[in-house]
Amino acid sequence: MKHTPGWGLLKGLFETARNFVGSYYQPGRLTTIEYPDERLPVQENFRNFPMLIYDGADPERGLRCVGCKICEKECPPQCIYIVLERDRSGKVQKRPRLFDIDVSVCMSCQICVEVCPFDAIKMNTEYELSTGDRFGALLLRKAELAKPNEYYRRLHPTEAAEVDARLAAAAQAKAAAQAKEQAKLTAKPAKPAWSTQP
Amino acid sequence: MSDLRPAMETLERIRTRLEAAVAGAELEVVANGAVAAQGSLRVDAAHAVAVARFLRDDAQLQLDYCSNVTGVDWLDRVVRTTVRTRRVIDGLERELEQTTEHTVPGYLEAVYHLYSVALRHGPLVLRQRTADRADGARVASLTPVWRSAEFQEREVYDLFGVVFEGHPDLRRILMWDEFRDHPMRKDYVEPDDYEYEPTPHDEVLAKARRHYAGAGGDRA
Amino acid sequence: MRAQAGDLEMRGAFAAEPHGGGGRSAGSDAGWGAGAGHEWVRPAEPVGRLEGEWLEVAMGPHHPSTHGVFRMNVALEGERIRKLKPVFGYLHRNHEKIAEGTTYLGSMPYTDRLDYFCSLTNNWAYALAVETLAGLGVPERAEYLRVITGELTRLLNHACLVGFLLHDMGTMGTPLMYAFREREKILDLFEALTGARMMCNYLRFGGCRVDVPAGWLAGAQRVVDEFPRFLDEFENLLTTNEIVLARSQGVGVLSGALAVNAGITGPMLRASGVNYDLRKVDRYGIYDRFNFRVPLGEHGDVYDRYMVRILEMRESVKILAQALKDLPPGPILDPKSKLRGFRPRAGEAYGRIEAPKGELGFYLISDGSVRPYRYRVRPPSLINLTVLEELCLGHTVADAVIVLGSVDIVLGEVDR
Ligand code: SF4
Ligand code: SF4
Repeated sequence: MKHTPGWGLLKGLFETARNFVGSYYQPGRLTTIEYPDERLPVQENFRNFPMLIYDGADPERGLRCVGCKICEKECPPQCIYIVLERDRSGKVQKRPRLFDIDVSVCMSCQICVEVCPFDAIKMNTEYELSTGDRFGALLLRKAELAKPNEYYRRLHPTEAAEVDARLAAAAQAKAAAQAKEQAKLTAKPAKPAWSTQP
Repeated sequence: MSDLRPAMETLERIRTRLEAAVAGAELEVVANGAVAAQGSLRVDAAHAVAVARFLRDDAQLQLDYCSNVTGVDWLDRVVRTTVRTRRVIDGLERELEQTTEHTVPGYLEAVYHLYSVALRHGPLVLRQRTADRADGARVASLTPVWRSAEFQEREVYDLFGVVFEGHPDLRRILMWDEFRDHPMRKDYVEPDDYEYEPTPHDEVLAKARRHYAGAGGDRA
Repeated sequence: MRAQAGDLEMRGAFAAEPHGGGGRSAGSDAGWGAGAGHEWVRPAEPVGRLEGEWLEVAMGPHHPSTHGVFRMNVALEGERIRKLKPVFGYLHRNHEKIAEGTTYLGSMPYTDRLDYFCSLTNNWAYALAVETLAGLGVPERAEYLRVITGELTRLLNHACLVGFLLHDMGTMGTPLMYAFREREKILDLFEALTGARMMCNYLRFGGCRVDVPAGWLAGAQRVVDEFPRFLDEFENLLTTNEIVLARSQGVGVLSGALAVNAGITGPMLRASGVNYDLRKVDRYGIYDRFNFRVPLGEHGDVYDRYMVRILEMRESVKILAQALKDLPPGPILDPKSKLRGFRPRAGEAYGRIEAPKGELGFYLISDGSVRPYRYRVRPPSLINLTVLEELCLGHTVADAVIVLGSVDIVLGEVDR
């Protein structure tokens, strides 16, 4: 393509001028915000580090996590650390005593969330976590990780609605099964199980 | 997907033609158990360059593009074979089981994935094996045939310790020059001089403690 | 500090060569063969050398212009480059070893960190290799989502690369910031879809992780519709700029024959006039359904590499428009795939895709356990650097910077 020398340069400068002037009034060309004063809204699907969900008001008793350690095993950089609760006789309880996530190692991959069969661990969207204490403050303990279900609903409404529906359905099915079992037991208490065939 | 691509000759045919073209070359078709069942061709180091030249220059193959070069470390394996024999003992025929164990010595392998840009077919997988897993185990370098092998063979040398004979510039590429071991080998022992910091992982912590035992132990 | 590979070798090579003498240094040429056929031959030293000492300069590991921790050891005669040795490894973390110690799924988030501009295409290459290994199918809708995210990735990679390249030529950030402005829009889409801007970790073996949220497709359509306007603006800005033409035409010329022999792939290969695009050659996924062309260069110089990328972005916009129009409803994950306890049959497979930087391949060997026995990444960035020395010989230092810029490397992938 033949063109007058200098024309390409002028065209470029014109483009720059258009962008410069445009940056004062065209929203598409205004791309920066003053961060600590202004904040962009967090997108619903955004994920940062994991958190543990609890139902009800008590973060200890309501914790959904049963300490099955699946997430600990599947976490690629191995940054989850779980120690199970034991009762006085030393029997292992279905509850974690320690649940630590080293967020200086965690890479926000969400694999723990995907593999957890109990919907107990979900992704938090909090991102302002910088701290001066590199060793202590970046190791999140169970108390810091535990978040109420309402908080989760606020962060990820669509996903939380699905999870709630699923859990409710499962609870209902379980209750129904239990009721059936109960009814069976009360209706035919004496009959052995094999004779209930039609 | 693959049916749209012009088909390449079968490995068996390539092997037959290669044996005719390169005198004395030891070739073997290696089976692949995966779903794709894509076999590969093993060649001995002494004839590898001649075979590679043939594959590149042959009019029907024209494998002018060597996409991927890598190493594989196969450890020594213990193979148990159970032989059943029938023998007559005390007038009764009995079945006896005899288990023999023997060790298949390990080796290192260099694997090349070849394609043809001109004819748009491939891949042909070419393998070379070293005699053993000793330091300085050798295979032939194919860099003179395919320039793209230059950095990748250096990498295999660096990480696996395979020496490529005829490589123009065989130096470490990713690790530093003073580094002694070959980290991609299966029996590589990682160093324990981690930066010592509290982590929830007992093993790492224990290793770090052991390493820093002389230097005061606990960070307190 | 660790000692740098290459120092000693380079000094040795210089000592062996008399200053001011012509001819090739004996040491480094031994293995190259006599140049039969289209064998690669190291070019003879350019003549007309001044009397005097060569100056050895380590360019990098920090400077070579925004491309990461990479070092070029160059020997200069005046301002001309007489020798150049790339030095790698500053970002080496042995990705392959890590992957051999974790499950198949566990490596997926690590692949995001190879070429951190293009995590979605990295995911795709890895998923494709595992699917080939285990014989998994991919549902229609997931294939479309892969194409959409993959082509968006190509757009943002090329836009940024062109921005970086022009930055290297001295445009001081203006085009780079324009490119980043566009990239931001695409990253917002990725964030809304996958939850992360750069480390998406979106694909799964046999499909994708989540379906698109409400309103996402409309947003993507808007970005795609607006993208050509950005390209026009960009081209107005610099494609015919006299300084860009003077700086980039005839610099770093790569012949097609050498490019093929040296395993160069991607836009760099096509800028040398070789028609080899895996989207057309392998037709992986559903690329045979889309109508698009493969732009080719003619001269193989820096300007052609720039131009090929601009044209490729225009083709990607076309693909995206078609894919967004045709996206079918349906499931997004193969029912046979599973998250935990995934054990492919023993064997091996090689899967490759046309990533924005070139052919990205994964070579996997399974021994039937949950971990791959061997996991290998074929990094296009590293292999495209094979010819860096040839491209720079005889040029000035400033040219070496733009030649490096035109190769398009990301050190996360070069060093792995
Ligand atoms: S978070 Fe889920 S996967 Fe992890 S231990 Fe608790 S219940 Fe198991
Ligand atoms: S997000 Fe990934 S890295 Fe972080 S704790 Fe979960 S599995 Fe581990």
